[in-house]
Amino acid sequence: MAGTLAPMIVVQDLNYKAGGKHILKNVNLTVYVGETLAIMGASGSGKTSLLKIIGGLIRPTSGHVYIGESDISRLSEDRLNRVRLVMGFVFQYAALFDSMTVAENVAFGVRRHFNYSRQQIDRLVEEKLRIVGMEGTGHLLPEQLSGGMQKRVGLARALAMEPLILLYDEPTSGLDPVTTTGIDELTMHLRDAYGVTSVIVSHHIPSIFRVADRIAMIYQGEILAVGTPEEIQKSDNPVVQQFIRGSSQGPIPGVG
Amino acid sequence: MQAAGKGWAATAVGLFEFIGENGILLGQTLRSLASGTLGGMETLRQMSLIGVNSLPIALITTAFSAAVLSLQSSAQSIKFGMGSLVGGLVSASVAREVAPVLTGVVVAARVGSAIAAELGTMKVTEQVDALRSLAVHPVDYLVVPRFMACVLMLPLLTLYADAAGVVAGYLVSAGMGVPSGGYFQAATSPVFIRMEHVLLGLAKTVVFGAIIALVSCQQGLRARGGAAGVGHATTNAVVLSIMLIYVVNYFLSELMFIP
Repeated sequence: MAGTLAPMIVVQDLNYKAGGKHILKNVNLTVYVGETLAIMGASGSGKTSLLKIIGGLIRPTSGHVYIGESDISRLSEDRLNRVRLVMGFVFQYAALFDSMTVAENVAFGVRRHFNYSRQQIDRLVEEKLRIVGMEGTGHLLPEQLSGGMQKRVGLARALAMEPLILLYDEPTSGLDPVTTTGIDELTMHLRDAYGVTSVIVSHHIPSIFRVADRIAMIYQGEILAVGTPEEIQKSDNPVVQQFIRGSSQGPIPGVG
Repeated sequence: MQAAGKGWAATAVGLFEFIGENGILLGQTLRSLASGTLGGMETLRQMSLIGVNSLPIALITTAFSAAVLSLQSSAQSIKFGMGSLVGGLVSASVAREVAPVLTGVVVAARVGSAIAAELGTMKVTEQVDALRSLAVHPVDYLVVPRFMACVLMLPLLTLYADAAGVVAGYLVSAGMGVPSGGYFQAATSPVFIRMEHVLLGLAKTVVFGAIIALVSCQQGLRARGGAAGVGHATTNAVVLSIMLIYVVNYFLSELMFIP
């Protein structure tokens, strides 16, 4: 399915070095329009850096990142902001603006970029909060919400800009199993109902196999394998096999 | 030996980083202002936080500094029968140096720390990245309102501090036996102070306001590593702002007041 579609995100020969470490090494990756790609890897494998580079939050050391036609690794901050308007970023710990209410958080981007009336904004906020199952919480402050609820508000904030691309950083880490399934279903619903292209960074294997159309395995800054969940399941790469089985025996060093 | 060399190299790199980052931040802030960003309500909110709420501490520190200045100079000058000069001495020192520098220092301590802590927390909790992901430039949204508020409110605070200092100096000198008519005559005499000196004193605080806002924002925005990183950024913001205010004040005074 993926091969017949147009590419939405193309990462080409990407390298990223920071603090004397080579964090991403020659990464090549394509995400097609409307698909959900999961990037899985252990902590410190460079997967969050890759996601932040795709989202234009970190500049790569070398290589290219195309979002549609624009090479965002070369854009000025002002031009980059125009590309960011089509991307929504869901942060690991939600990153809600803690001095603002839930409604102000969700409305923040829209208020600054679009000329909507007060009623239009109120309606939009209620609609996005309903999509993530948080209706009626607009007046609350982020500190009054649980971690899972904050993550859902973070998703609503990203959705308010009606993005074509959603980038999720560990959307289900630290959540209970029921909330995890809820978030997974939400991700699938956004793909099916709105055709959103998603990149999900995660190390939560059941979640990844539930939502992803394709999976990329990243290890020590390199992409080891890319394929459908079935292909990844059958991969003969020992690192991939160890990771999806969660075994302490194998090439990935365990604790101690 | 080698370790010492490394220490010096790191210090030098740190210094250049500090100058470079603040220079870039100043450029971005001025560019943002030139393109018409004023921050609206956020600027007003910051003006209230930075200006109005700093008034008591600015008044008290300047008033008591002027009071002790008056105490010492009254004691000396009465001995030589020159008690009537005290008013001029106090008003000239307060308007040129004491009020601008002390107001700068107390605002650096009170506001610089708050700015660095708030922006630092936003940085380490990814709220700054969240702003950028929503296509909002952190300089437009976070730095410009704080810069405007500091630059506008510091001269105003200083003007009140000037008045508080002169009055406090009077109360002390009167208690020491300096005639009140003489104090105010000297305090406003062009021999000691002219209107332009008061204005130059206020002009210095525009620079101090810019230093406090830029250094504190820069330290906050480069914070990393959780709570400890925010604490470090806060301490640095206050220490560096206060040091810079004293250093820059000397050169501004030499430029402005020495013919």
